[in-house]
Parts: sequence; C-alpha cells; structure tokens
Amino acid sequence: MASLFEYAPAPESRAVVDIAPSYGLFIDGEFTEAADGKVFKTVSPSTEEVLSEVAQAGEADVDRAVKAARKAFEKWSALPGSERAKYLFRIARIIQERSRELAVLETLDNGKPIKETRDADLPLVAAHFFYYAGWADKLDHAGFGANPAPLGVAGQVIPWNFPLLMLAWKIAPALATGNTVVLKPAETTPLSALFFADICRQAGLPKGVVNILPGYGDAGAALVAHPDVNKVAFTGSTAVGKQIARTVAGTSKKLTLELGGKGANIVFDDAPIDQAVEGIVTGIFFNQGQVCCAGSRLLVQESIQDELLDALKRRLSTLRLGDPLDKNTDIGAINSAEQLARITALAEKGEAEGAERWSPACELPSSGYWFAPTLFTNVTQAHTIARDEIFGPVLSVLSFRTPDEAVAKANNTQYGLSAGIWTEKGSRILAVANKLRAGVVWSNTFNKFDPTSPFGGYKESGFGREGGRHGLEAYLDV
Amino acid sequence: MPSPKLSTPLEQGGAPIASPAKAFADVTASDSTLRRFLHGLPGVDAVGLEARAASLGTRSIKTTAKAYAIDLAISMVDLTTLEGADTPGKVRALGAKAAHPDPTDRTTPTTAAVCVYPDMVAVAKEAVAGSGVKVASVATAFPAGRAALGVKLADVRDAVAAGADEIDMVIDRGAFLAGDYLKVYDEITAVKEACGTSARLKVIFETGELSTYDNIRRASWLGMMAGADFIKTSTGKVAVNATPANTLLMLEAVRDFRAQTGVQVGVKPAGGIRTTKDAVKFLVLVNETAGEDWLDNHWFRFGASSLLNDLLMQRQKLATGRYSGPDYVTVD
Repeated sequence: MASLFEYAPAPESRAVVDIAPSYGLFIDGEFTEAADGKVFKTVSPSTEEVLSEVAQAGEADVDRAVKAARKAFEKWSALPGSERAKYLFRIARIIQERSRELAVLETLDNGKPIKETRDADLPLVAAHFFYYAGWADKLDHAGFGANPAPLGVAGQVIPWNFPLLMLAWKIAPALATGNTVVLKPAETTPLSALFFADICRQAGLPKGVVNILPGYGDAGAALVAHPDVNKVAFTGSTAVGKQIARTVAGTSKKLTLELGGKGANIVFDDAPIDQAVEGIVTGIFFNQGQVCCAGSRLLVQESIQDELLDALKRRLSTLRLGDPLDKNTDIGAINSAEQLARITALAEKGEAEGAERWSPACELPSSGYWFAPTLFTNVTQAHTIARDEIFGPVLSVLSFRTPDEAVAKANNTQYGLSAGIWTEKGSRILAVANKLRAGVVWSNTFNKFDPTSPFGGYKESGFGREGGRHGLEAYLDV
Repeated sequence: MPSPKLSTPLEQGGAPIASPAKAFADVTASDSTLRRFLHGLPGVDAVGLEARAASLGTRSIKTTAKAYAIDLAISMVDLTTLEGADTPGKVRALGAKAAHPDPTDRTTPTTAAVCVYPDMVAVAKEAVAGSGVKVASVATAFPAGRAALGVKLADVRDAVAAGADEIDMVIDRGAFLAGDYLKVYDEITAVKEACGTSARLKVIFETGELSTYDNIRRASWLGMMAGADFIKTSTGKVAVNATPANTLLMLEAVRDFRAQTGVQVGVKPAGGIRTTKDAVKFLVLVNETAGEDWLDNHWFRFGASSLLNDLLMQRQKLATGRYSGPDYVTVD
C-alpha cells in the first residue's frame, strides 16, 4: 500500500563525478598499464552498470611499485615531520574540497547509500588525514621513545566495505610516520583509491610515496610476500588474514590484521529502549551490515525481549531500501554478486537450522544486488548464524537472563572486535565492559568512529590497533 | 515498559479502552504507585534521541512530496495570537486568515484552528463561523499556570461556554518538578472534566522548563493517563520551545500509549517553528515515528503564528515557479 507521505525521489547528481572509461595502476607518481596488459571491469552494485575498466596489477607490477616506494622512502623518511605534515594537511583539505565528488563516486562503486558516504565516510576520511598530520612532527612525544624510526615500505591491502575510509586508516599513519606505501584496493571497489592517487598528485606528494595497485587476491599475495616490504597491514576476511600470517611468519615484517567479527549488542532491561532500537539498526544495517564491527548478535534481556522485538520490527518497516544515490535511502545494495550469494546461503542455513526468519515488507529493485534487512529469532549459540560472520544485513537475536549470562554469551565467539551495552545504569556499563573480550565496546551507541580512538580486535578478529596514538605504533620501529 | 495490565492489549485484537483514567486506576491510586510507574518508564538517552531527530531532519523532501507536506502543514496550523495587546479586530483578522489563508488561491486548505485567550473565544468563534476552523483557547492561567485550581477551572468553563472547541491547558510545572505527580494528574483530570464532551483537551508541558527528556516522557504519560486528547510541548513563551528532539520523544510516547491502550492521542509542537523547512522536518518525524495515522490535523498540530506565511510563500513558489516575497501574503 502506498503511504500517505510518499517522499519524491531525491537523487544526488552524478554530474559531480567524472569517471574515465579506463584507469591505470598508480606507480611512482604516474598512471601506467599493467605489465601484462590485464584489465578488469568495476560495476555499480545497485545497477550492475560497468563504471570503468581498470588495470589489473600482477606480480611484476607489485615489484615495480615496491621499488618505487623503496626509492621514495629515502627522501620521504628524511623529511622533517613538519614537512610531511604539510602534505598530509594538504591531502586532507583536498579531500574536503572534493568530498561531494568522492561521496558520489564511492556510492556508485560500492553501493552504499549516499547519506553514509556523504555524512559518515568522507568526513572521517578527512579527519584521519588531519589527525595524523598533527602527529607527524610530534612522534618524539607519542610515548615510543625519542626519534622513533619508520619501518620502510608498507604493503597495505584493504577491503571493499569502506574503500576510502580503510585507505585513510592505512595511508595516513603510514605517511605521518615516514613510511612509503603500496596499497591494493579491493577488486570490486578500486575507483576511490585511484581518485586518491590523483589527489596525491594534486597535493604535490613526491613520486613513489603512495602507489595504488588495483587487483585481485594474487596481487595482494604478491605484495604481502614481497621481500622488500617491511610492514604489512591487512583488513579483510579472517581466512585471508590467516594466509597472510603464514606468509609473513618467520620474516622481519611487521604485521597488523583487522579481520572478521560477530559483535554482541547487549540490551539490558533498563535500557533507553527507543535509542537502543536505533543503535541496533545502526549496528547491523549501517552499510548493509557489511561492517566487520557490526553488532550482528543482539543479546536482549528476556524480560523485555518481546517489547524490544516489536519495536525493532516496527522500526525496520520504516527503513527505505533502494537507489543508493537517493538522499532518502537508508539501505543500499550489497557490494557484489558473490557477497550476495554468501549472505543468501548463510541466511538459508539459519532457516534450515530452525531459526525464525523475518523481514519487513520490502520491494527489491530488479537489477543490482539486494538483500532485505533480516532478523532471525529463536537463535541459540549453537546456530551457524550466531557463530559465523555473515557480513550482510542479517541480525541474529538471542536472549539472556542475567548479566553474567550476557557476558558469557557475548564472549563465546571466535571473534572479538566490537560489542555494545545498552543500559541506563553507569556502573553496569563499566562492570560489563571490563568483562567483554572485544577491541571496542560502545555504550548506549554503536558504530561510532573517531580518528583519535584506537580500533582493533581480540582473537580471530586480528591484532594491532589502527587510529589514535596506538595506530602510530604499527608503523614505527619501537 | 511497565504496562497498565490490560487484559487484552490492542495489538492482540483487544478493543480500545473506554477511559484511560479507569485503565490506570491502579497506577494512580497513590503518589507512590504513580511515581513508581512514571520512573519505571524506559529512560531516554539524550545523545541518541537528538541524533535520531537530526538524522530524520536530513530527509530530502521535494516536488510532489513537498507540495503534499506544505498543504498538510497548513491544515495543521493552530494560527495563534496570544498577546496582551490582542484586540477583537486582530482576532477577526486572524479568523479570516485561518479560513482563507491565501486569498489569491482558494485551493489553499484552511488552518486547523485559531488559538486565542479565553476572553477572545466568542469573537474568534464568530470570525471562523462556517469555515470548519476550530477555536482553541489557552485556559488554566496561561502561560504560568500559577493559580488556584478553582481559578483554572473557571477559566476553562468560561472558554468552553463561549464556544471553544479545544482547550490548551498548562500543567503546574512547579508541582511536577517537585515530584508531586498526583497533583498534576488530578488537575488534568479536573480540567478534562470541565472540558465536557464538547472540547478536546491539549495539555501543555512547557518542555523547556521540565529540563530533562526523562521528565518529558513522564509528563507525556501522565497527561495521557489523565485523559489528554493532545500533548503539547510548550506555550511559546519561554526560551526553549518545540524542538525536533522533544517532539520526537512525545511522538514515541503517543505511539507506545496507543499500542498499550488503543487510545490515540495527538501531538502539538508549539513555539519556534517558523519555516516550511522546519515544519516539513516535523512531518517527517511524525511519519517515521508515530506513523501515518497521525498525519492529519485531528492528531497533529503546529502551534505557530509566523509559520503560516512562510508555508504560503513556499506554496506560491511551487505553484508559480517564482518566489514572490512577503508582500504577496497577508499580514495578520
């Protein structure tokens, strides 16, 4: 039934971004073809439209890029911190100036709603560069001793869920500390990293300091294995993280891994219910749930379970799914056909194992990759959907009776990236947070990010921290 | 949420309760049971509430949706004059404007009501006769509410006798802040009774003086339990009046109240809403919080005096493609 107040389409203009029909690799300050001439297409997940053709990096290109980065390292690391800061500030300001263009680009290439790229991703991207620019000349005072030295060439591999934000998390601290970078963006979302390459040129960044190699897993593997790479930083799946750990083991390379998660969002019976509902929605439906720190397990105190689920279902019925470029869209497209297939398979497994599935009445567009926001109730710790990371808009609901039970269930996972606590009682927040084995614990909020706040995991969610003062450590010889 | 222990909640197919006062008899039996109930309501996280209100404020409303919203907003305006200097002439002018907000375009909807002091009710009633526009009156020692109950009730009876269709009462904020909830409750029920069957009752909390969101939620439930037909943010006479956040909170309260009792209560933000853009944001809050059952002037109102002209100018702009300026709408 059509609603009374039907919002008219309000799409953001595509004219603000000029996507070229083809892009090269960015090595030593120049765009260049792949050594073997390979290319791949990147498509818009919401329409399946081919956006551009991108050069596909291979082993020879990785070697070229690492050599360029090695050469640039000599000069870059010798610059005074205040000089490196100038470049970073310049990059941050250009990102702000071009944020509308970058937001539209990211939405086209990734499928997430424009309101997220515009209001969350891009402001955070700029903030990370500003923040680490501020550290560049203060490294002596970061608590790692006097004159901490950079490591050298950083090989960085990032995922497709926050393409530009993950790039900022990796590149900003690396450059601030005097390292040079070879970064491989994900094969489904290479465009914003290539635009970033252009921003590096616009900022006058010396050649070779940043190199961007779009490509597949083989390029990532070659980069990680390259003998002249001193530091490896990876964000992505736990399976790939384990491979990387095996590759790096026994070498002198430093490694940080940000891997999967199965975050528990714990709602106590004295929680601010309406805000908790918003937090649950943010926790699992932000970026279609394609967030490693998503609050994908809702642990709700039994006494308010029915009431909370009613409120949550009512709220989900107001989510607007559709054209990600529309400013009124809350839920965009799933990033790729492969990812959609994975989510679909896991959701079906949830049903097969006896959990109860619910989605709001929701019409899915006919082209593109879409998955309706989904709730599973009657879930137990033994269900696959309570254990495996789904990386999609699928929430598993479990209940608990006592705080101890909540903590036990929250910690009973192979992951440990994030958790949430909802209660009006301050002492309970502190008591429970201290017992949770998770890198980030949010209270009465969820999915809040800030460059000053370290982020990282326990257990199979990885090791090392990004962001904050702690984020410098991974790029310094300390 | 503590429930008033209804045997068949509406959502399970029960009938709406006949009288909130009866349904909540256990809760309102004593000061302590009432306090326990109100303090047992879910808390409000201020940061989260304001963030939600702000995020709904970024909805982009254009073209047909905007045209719909503007007409809806006009039809929800309680066109208000509450000045010591009000004259019969001014009230008549206001009534004429309420009946025909834009003399150049007779397709413009009428406003919901004109809102005046009790002594102007008769004048207003005559001015809007036959137009369908209601007359609302701020009785109960508006705006401070600091008078004896007998005085307040006399004020209400006067206004009702003069033909007021709606009574806007202020609660005793002093009693509320002192935790004397039962006193506030009793006053509201007494005023409700004085309204009789002919006038709907809007209960004004003066949210700016209640100071916390928890208090606003408690006041909302208190008002609804006592039989309010509308809950209203403010008098428009203090520094902080209607905000997206306090209105969102009250919309949550009426939504929850209906889910529990089957009784629907209206919401009226008042004071400080001056532009079409603001009004549209409030309509988005209504649409996405309480739902479309509240999207008409029986259940949602704007207490505003300067909002109407901006709505009319925006309406003219949508119709003609040009922005004509303040001389193309009437001053009151």
